[in-house]
Amino acid sequence: MRIVLSLAALLALSGCGSSDIWGWYVVNPMTASGWTNITFLVNGMGATILLSVIAASISIVLGLLVALPGLSERRGIRAINRFYVEIVRAIPLLPMLFWVFYGLPIVFKSMGLSIQIDPFWGAIITLALSDSAFTAEIYRAGIQSIAKGQAEAAKTVGLNYFQTMRYVVLPQAIRRILPPLANQFIYIVKMSAFASVIGMQELTRRANELVVTEYRPLEIYTLLIVEYLVLVLIISAGVRWLERKMGSDERG
Amino acid sequence: MTQDAIEMIDVDKWFGDFQVLKGINLNVKPGDRVVICGPSGSGKSTVVRCINRLEAHQKGVIKIGGVVQDGSAAALEAIRSEVGMVFQQFNLFPHLSVMENLVLGPMKARGMTRKDAEERAMKYLERVRIPEQALKRPSQLSGGQQQRVAIARSLCMEPKVMLFDEPTSALDPEMISEVLDVIVELAEEGMTMVVVTHEMGFARKVADQMVFMDEGEIVETGTPEDFFNAPKSERTQTFLKQILQH
Repeated sequence: MRIVLSLAALLALSGCGSSDIWGWYVVNPMTASGWTNITFLVNGMGATILLSVIAASISIVLGLLVALPGLSERRGIRAINRFYVEIVRAIPLLPMLFWVFYGLPIVFKSMGLSIQIDPFWGAIITLALSDSAFTAEIYRAGIQSIAKGQAEAAKTVGLNYFQTMRYVVLPQAIRRILPPLANQFIYIVKMSAFASVIGMQELTRRANELVVTEYRPLEIYTLLIVEYLVLVLIISAGVRWLERKMGSDERG
Repeated sequence: MTQDAIEMIDVDKWFGDFQVLKGINLNVKPGDRVVICGPSGSGKSTVVRCINRLEAHQKGVIKIGGVVQDGSAAALEAIRSEVGMVFQQFNLFPHLSVMENLVLGPMKARGMTRKDAEERAMKYLERVRIPEQALKRPSQLSGGQQQRVAIARSLCMEPKVMLFDEPTSALDPEMISEVLDVIVELAEEGMTMVVVTHEMGFARKVADQMVFMDEGEIVETGTPEDFFNAPKSERTQTFLKQILQH
């Protein structure tokens, strides 16, 4: 804490001293222009949050659907899971984003469909797809960590496969995979910055635009980092709260 | 002639290259109380797990209430509605209360209303003598209490046959009798049961057919008197000598 504070003080002081290096005026809340800049930057928060929440929600459902065949006793069905995971997680996010945003409409067109993809949904599809491969692996590990006897006991009281998952296995697995799932959510929040390259008006895009007009990358990107930091810290606090709640639930 | 509750004809099973069951023949009539014993690794648990198809056998025929078990949905349905199972490790659902453990099957698999399911659950909790624990979590109960909850959970499905797979092997010694007492009561009420156990005193008391297994085979079967007093096979004699020594 002390180190962080002295570092901040050092940055601020050096900013006052030599205007060649630091120019905190661009984001100084005390001046009208500085305040305008800050508002412009922070207004990207809504888009970043919306993007991340929708993409993460899709990924959480898709990941489960991909994970389930991976737990099958039949090799052919497991192969579906392996194929998806190995391919999808090998594709870097940026090329995948370009492919979805610029490429998919062309694929649709060649199929005789005219479907346009706007930056918002282009980014969501890419983030959700890319992330789902990782979520699927988390689910698989989580479900496998639940003792086999649980599913067997569920079978002996007549539950079918989906009831066994829904009422017995997943409620227990979710508690264990909450921390890694939260990790993935934080990862999505940060990776949503890539949406800026296809013109999505989120945090990073706004910072880039402001840099172009203000020529003050260091200060603006510093504020950008702080914005992500705040977001991630809020998520962490939320997850810890959720964990405590679920943990107490298990102990009764 | 009444239909056999369980019929196993020449059943073989392999785990990979290893043959765990070799030509198992077993008939259980309604009301029968069969106790299976034998050294660990002899395949006795596998027999029980094949009966309710937690494991699939590869050769031979298993019939439950006359229905041939071929892995079809209809055959599985026959098992799930007729056969209850109690595991060595209890396998209660730790995230649910005792009551929720008991009503899950009746409500989800049988479509009972919560009210009816809870009434039935209380009836069986009283039967295993722990109605006051209904709202607790399994982790708050002793091992013996947990196993009695597991027995009640099975009874809530009102099965015709109960399978017990070493029901007291995971228990502290002082809790064994409270679980065995419940099983003895069930036996006295006429429940058909197959019990895998090392508790020979219990076996003597409830069994009307003893089965001794070794290395995947049924070595000897007989009434408890014959089995304990005049075992025919040398392997049975050795086993009984070892297990009854202390």
